[in-house]
Amino acid sequence: MHELSISSAIVDTALKHADGRRVTRVDVTVGALRQVVGESLAFYFEIVARDTECDGAELGLETVAAWMHCRTCGQEWDPAPRPEAGHAGPELSLPAFRCPACERPDAEIVRGDELEVESIEVETAEEEQCIAPR
Amino acid sequence: MHRTKVKVAADALDANATIANANRDDFDRAGVAVVNLMSAPGAGKTTLLERALEDLDGVRAGVLEGDVQGSMDADRIAALHVPVVQLNTESGFGGECHLDANMVRSAIGDLPLAELDLLVIENVGNLVCPAEFRVGEDARIMVCSVTEGEDKPLKYPLMFRACELVVVNKIDLLPHLDFDLERLLANVDAVNPGTRVMLTSARTGEGVGEWREWLAAVPGRVAAAV
Repeated sequence: MHELSISSAIVDTALKHADGRRVTRVDVTVGALRQVVGESLAFYFEIVARDTECDGAELGLETVAAWMHCRTCGQEWDPAPRPEAGHAGPELSLPAFRCPACERPDAEIVRGDELEVESIEVETAEEEQCIAPR
Repeated sequence: MHRTKVKVAADALDANATIANANRDDFDRAGVAVVNLMSAPGAGKTTLLERALEDLDGVRAGVLEGDVQGSMDADRIAALHVPVVQLNTESGFGGECHLDANMVRSAIGDLPLAELDLLVIENVGNLVCPAEFRVGEDARIMVCSVTEGEDKPLKYPLMFRACELVVVNKIDLLPHLDFDLERLLANVDAVNPGTRVMLTSARTGEGVGEWREWLAAVPGRVAAAV
């Protein structure tokens, strides 16, 4: 359900950088830890973009897998829950935010909490593109 | 018409973060420590707050109540003679399911900041969106009641990871429930290793002393960190 709030934030950011120009595409990067559902984001994005300069814009979504780093021992790992085949018990699908090597809780997120508008594509008049005189 | 790619590389929540920082500056200037209190609807945030505010060890507290509509919670807090401001997300904010930095900013003028040591912002009951929006707080607390199920940290890790204290409330109901407290604690630790957990019953008062002490100590901790 937070996809609606996030869509609004994405549209607002795109509009700010579009500076009044018509936006045809918005590319965003979302980390796995943000728990964003792509289809839901696209659905809300379309609704939130209506009647703005982003109306009808395409949404490009790139997801980034999570990666952790232990400040105590330097270990790096993927915290995503990985249920083992044939052992789909709930206890095996726990995410691993505690260091799997030294078991200390002092870990930082290297990647996976991104929520960034990377770029937008805007419509510009032809003359803006042609710097050299014809 | 041509299509031109414009590099943005901005956090989508930058606008909220900028306002949250402005709120934080205002709170710091007034010497007020701020906690953001979050939970699912009905976990007992307001009742726990009432219990704490009855005797907060000389700490002058104020409350900002966030709700979609109504002032029932603010009325309860006001009955304790604590300064309280009700913020309804329904009026002017489109019935948002969370408080954001801008909504909190709109209410700052109504709060007697100069007379407070601690401001508790009681967020809208919701386990999802409030985790995304900082409002200028120093500490984030979430209340999780034992009637909600021990799997909640695994379903809402964003919320459980966002807070530094998890208060497990309604523990007086444990004898009547098939609730596995050990499993809940293991799940909290899996998503937010090492986070502080407290067990309370706002109804019987069990654990309320510890909760009250933690809250009363926030202004001192914040002042020491500045």
